[in-house]
Amino acid sequence: MNRLPERGMSMNKRKRKTGKWIQYGVLITGGFIILYPLLWMFFASFKENQEILSGTGFLPRHFSLEGYRLGWKDNWQYGFKVFMKNSFLLVIPTVVFSTISTTLVGYGFARFRFPGHKLLFAVMLSTLMLPNTVLIIPRYMLFNRFGWVNTYLPFWIPALFATTPFHIFMVYQFMRGLPVELDEAAKIDGCGPFRILFSILAPLLKPVLFSVAVFQFIWNWNDFFNVFIMISGVEKYTLSLGLRMMMDTDAASAWNQILAMSVVSLLPCTLFYFTMQKYFVEGIATTGLKG
Amino acid sequence: MSKHKKLKRYQLWGLVFILPWLIGFLVFQLFPLLESLYYSFTNYNPLRGSRWIGLSNYIKMFTRDKDVIPSMIVTLNYVLMSVPLKLLSALVVAMLLNHKVRGINLFRTVYYLPSIFGGSVAISILWRFLFKSDGVVNQILGLFHIKGLNWLGSPDLALLTVSLVSVWQFGSSMVLFLAGLQQIPADMYDSARVDGASPHRIFFRITLPMLSPIIFFNLLMQMINAFQEFTLPFVITNGGPANATYVYSMMIYDNAFRYLNMGYASAQSWVLFLIMAVVTVFIFKSSSVWVFYKDEGT
Repeated sequence: MNRLPERGMSMNKRKRKTGKWIQYGVLITGGFIILYPLLWMFFASFKENQEILSGTGFLPRHFSLEGYRLGWKDNWQYGFKVFMKNSFLLVIPTVVFSTISTTLVGYGFARFRFPGHKLLFAVMLSTLMLPNTVLIIPRYMLFNRFGWVNTYLPFWIPALFATTPFHIFMVYQFMRGLPVELDEAAKIDGCGPFRILFSILAPLLKPVLFSVAVFQFIWNWNDFFNVFIMISGVEKYTLSLGLRMMMDTDAASAWNQILAMSVVSLLPCTLFYFTMQKYFVEGIATTGLKG
Repeated sequence: MSKHKKLKRYQLWGLVFILPWLIGFLVFQLFPLLESLYYSFTNYNPLRGSRWIGLSNYIKMFTRDKDVIPSMIVTLNYVLMSVPLKLLSALVVAMLLNHKVRGINLFRTVYYLPSIFGGSVAISILWRFLFKSDGVVNQILGLFHIKGLNWLGSPDLALLTVSLVSVWQFGSSMVLFLAGLQQIPADMYDSARVDGASPHRIFFRITLPMLSPIIFFNLLMQMINAFQEFTLPFVITNGGPANATYVYSMMIYDNAFRYLNMGYASAQSWVLFLIMAVVTVFIFKSSSVWVFYKDEGT
């Protein structure tokens, strides 16, 4: 990937070395500026309430776990333990369903030339630009009719039906990069289309499947708008709804708890990111480029 | 002949595989879309029922509703502030990171990190802390003896402050730019340098045209997102001060779910859809002028 021209052969070595130091200087300064808000929040979450308000200094005067202890404890009837569990309960099935369904659909579009292929593929791609804002009202009414409001079904069921065109496209693009000869050989050996997908292609698709799962996870985990509209009962609240509620009710009093619980809510994505780092970058790069 | 037939039958399996999407599209996308179009011509309210009122909703939007035009302007300003700034920072950082130096992957990881949090509530809360009048940003400015600004409290600044979140989250656009930069053939740069072209000229004559398909894609995607922004202005400023961050999606939300005027809100959402469609078509049409495809005409 990192194919770069051997630059500046005529330049002398020292000049190149200073250039390199300047480059590092810029990169480190920029990185620090970008990370600073997150670092500030992390350290501030260990401050005492009073110190956050008077708010000077980066590191807490003394580390206090008060915010985490009080925030995590069931302050109200339902605390962040429940919200965390709810978030996972909403997100994990959505991720699993969406990964499976987009793989099937991506396979259908990438490997078969059925009548209407061109038109349906164009329709699928155009839904990339379908604004959620337009869909949210009728979708709410639809789910209300089904009796799904205030459950996680409005998230799980559409995921089963591959409603994320972006991910279909990712799988499609990746699959087109795999040689068709693989399918042909398997076909000669008597494999049906399902066998070809699950035993031949699926192992090779691993990187893109991880990318799809990672993106779906992050997207649903951070989502506020959709849960805000579909979920009304506090017992069903996810982390983002819980945080918003905390913001409203405890606005003036419990800054350390709010910050601590904000950190908690960002933690799963962060851990996910650092363990699956390469799938992020690869995933985005495959989609955007070969298109 | 029978082999040909068999092959044709095999291709039909594709329909089986795309069936989940087809059902999902019809039930969860096309049907709701058409239904909302229908409701936009009614005065539907879950408590009072629904009656066909023709174009009244659309007429009301532009004649009697004092919120519509201001929130359109706010949203347009938000798009015009956040999208170009985001793409610019993504491009600058991508060029910075497009070097083969030790530890570059660590830097890429760090620079991408903010984008994984998206428009989450936690980030909105963080923004409130950073930019309140005695917040972190003003304290840092104070260190340099710069008088702090009323970032969130002043109607002139609040929208900019909110849009800074999305500028800070330039990661996904940056990754695309980075991948694009790495696809530019090295000999293109080499021959330009042999011809004595200045770095400035190389950037505008090679880098930028070669990246234009990616600029196009990023522009389109970011614009579509920015037009619909809800969480950030809702949590950071709750539309205030003086409606300075009352974006279009918040207005739709208020009408639909607070006042339960779902018919009217549907009309508002269709107007947003149309505006976005017009802008999208415009970007597509203009792309033939400024987007350069390497394998054009082959």
